[in-house]
Amino acid sequence: MGQSVTSALPAPAPATDVAVRCSALVKRYGDVTAVAGLDLEVKAGECFGLLGPNGAGKTTTVEILEGLSPPDSGAVEILGCRWGAGCDQELRERIGIQLQETQLAEKLTVEETVRLFQSFFRRGRPVPEVIATVGLEEKQKARVGKLSGGQKQRVALACALVSDPDLLFLDEPTTGFDPHARLKIWDVIEEFHGRGGTILLTTHYMEEAAKLCDRVAIMDHGQVIALGSPAALIASLEADQILEFHVQGKFEEAALTRLSGVRGWRKKNQGYLLTVIEIGAALPALLSEIERQGARLDLLTTHQATLEDVFISLTGRVLRDG
Amino acid sequence: MAETPARPGHLAPRPGQVSPPNPLFELTLARIREFVREPEALFWVFVFPVLLAFGLGIAFRSQPPEKSRVAVEKSFAAADQVSAMLERSPGLLVEEVSPAEAENALRLGKVDLVVRPGAAGAGRAFSFRYDPSRPQSRIARLTAADALERGLGREDLVTIREEEATAPGDRYIDFLIPGLIGLNLMGSGMWGIGFAVVQARTRKLLKRFAATPMRRSHYLLSFMFSRLIFLVPEVAALVVFAWLVFDVQVHGSLPALMLVSVLGAFTFAGMGLLLAARTNTIEAVSGWMNLVQMPMWLLSGSFFSYSRFPAFLHPLIRALPLTALNDALRAVMNDGRPLSGSGIELGVLLFWALLSFALALRLFRWQ
Repeated sequence: MGQSVTSALPAPAPATDVAVRCSALVKRYGDVTAVAGLDLEVKAGECFGLLGPNGAGKTTTVEILEGLSPPDSGAVEILGCRWGAGCDQELRERIGIQLQETQLAEKLTVEETVRLFQSFFRRGRPVPEVIATVGLEEKQKARVGKLSGGQKQRVALACALVSDPDLLFLDEPTTGFDPHARLKIWDVIEEFHGRGGTILLTTHYMEEAAKLCDRVAIMDHGQVIALGSPAALIASLEADQILEFHVQGKFEEAALTRLSGVRGWRKKNQGYLLTVIEIGAALPALLSEIERQGARLDLLTTHQATLEDVFISLTGRVLRDG
Repeated sequence: MAETPARPGHLAPRPGQVSPPNPLFELTLARIREFVREPEALFWVFVFPVLLAFGLGIAFRSQPPEKSRVAVEKSFAAADQVSAMLERSPGLLVEEVSPAEAENALRLGKVDLVVRPGAAGAGRAFSFRYDPSRPQSRIARLTAADALERGLGREDLVTIREEEATAPGDRYIDFLIPGLIGLNLMGSGMWGIGFAVVQARTRKLLKRFAATPMRRSHYLLSFMFSRLIFLVPEVAALVVFAWLVFDVQVHGSLPALMLVSVLGAFTFAGMGLLLAARTNTIEAVSGWMNLVQMPMWLLSGSFFSYSRFPAFLHPLIRALPLTALNDALRAVMNDGRPLSGSGIELGVLLFWALLSFALALRLFRWQ
């Protein structure tokens, strides 16, 4: 609350430094507006994250940028080219794509699949090298159908990387994976980033965006509601800590604003979230207030402010379920 | 590659890069691998038609002429001599039984004729007991009488040379095999391509391919090439099996047979592609396939000649691609006619092939 919504396009950078640029992007499906006037700019060599809940319009946005679905209005420029302006084939040579729900052919082996994708491009990295990059050396001869979900996603990533692209689009690369599988994929993305590649990824995991991305655009209802580096976005909360507590019994909420060290509060489910500047002052003040009101404290946790808290403070909703 | 790079030099090889393999080759190889790694598909394409040919070939095989069964009553003074005379005729099966047994066997239809001693009991008097309403019995009567006459010294007044008229190419199995080849080409072409395309679409694999610089024509051509490659063993399996087991001959030239098969395979590949051009679910494409294939299963003369349908339907039936394929295959295999004699059939196939491909390419959806 009281946060300024960053939606204006930053000052235009020289064309060569911009990998992805779109402005006033709109896409409707019937009555639903999936993308509602979106402006973005991703610089060359940057890892850029689109963070938002399911249904925020991330996938629609990415598929427009990938040239897979046309926008209803707005302009897209990828690596200095517009889709449909005669350089599509050239763009396809230079971008690597991982779609959210592609299921690769189950009967082909990992190696055969990656080689097949390699054959579509004019340049490429050696297949064994790419398979090693995604950590599937031992599964090289295994059929894709026999792999776990995380391993399949790594094959998909290998297919996106085998053409040695300049720009990589990743749509929810780790959704539904266990922490180990997620770390593996993060390694691959960081390796590509380290080689100087540009990445645009979507995610609804705040820790993924915070870990990987140089800059993050937080999306909600088809619009960017905040933009900046993860650190800057968190700093914009002006809070060191987030304090969450539940109480039983009557509790007068208005008292929370008077507590020292507390910058703001909001209800979350049956409890409260406090954004706290000084935990040392806020915590005793809160405890004595609860005691004064005769309520009973049920639960109390504190954590460092995250992108999730940024999203909550902007929308009043949590980023993901559970 | 026709396009000039948007920024010349930008795609120049970087250190450590390799030059990728040929996409059409890799796509075709992928199609072949996916097919041969699917045991069910292999069964339906290679084993099932052969089993079908075997089953139908056995069930409808041409029977050798049936022998007439004759019972000789043991009441004869020289029953053995009578039996010996009868047995000399190749058309008779003879057994010696008691009069009671003979009567019983005749009643139950186990024998066609009972030969008993004549009323006078003399050596040259016989009594034939049989049911004249049964053709088999009447044949038995004539054959037995002839055998006894000859046995007792009758001289033949005429010489008869017998010419057997059952030619190998006239059997049901000879008719059936080209029909099964046609049916198999239709099934594997339509199911093989329709299923693979719709599956790739539902799995978003088509969309993923569309996001690469892959040429759309390469993807579609890879299906054609893989069909061509499987065509050879597919047709050969049936032809060789029918030749080895049923002595079915290919009377025309093998290149002509292959050419007709290739055209048939392309036609049904095109139709499979057309049905899959926009279909989003396996269920929907299955329904379309059945709708298109069922009339041809029934009408196109794979199992029995379409001449059994009313004559006014014949032009319609002959316009179906499977009818054209079956007729052209039979012209080559059974009649040994050159391809020039099947101009209409080949024209019908070509028409369907071109129409399907043109429509399929227009309508095809990648996502």
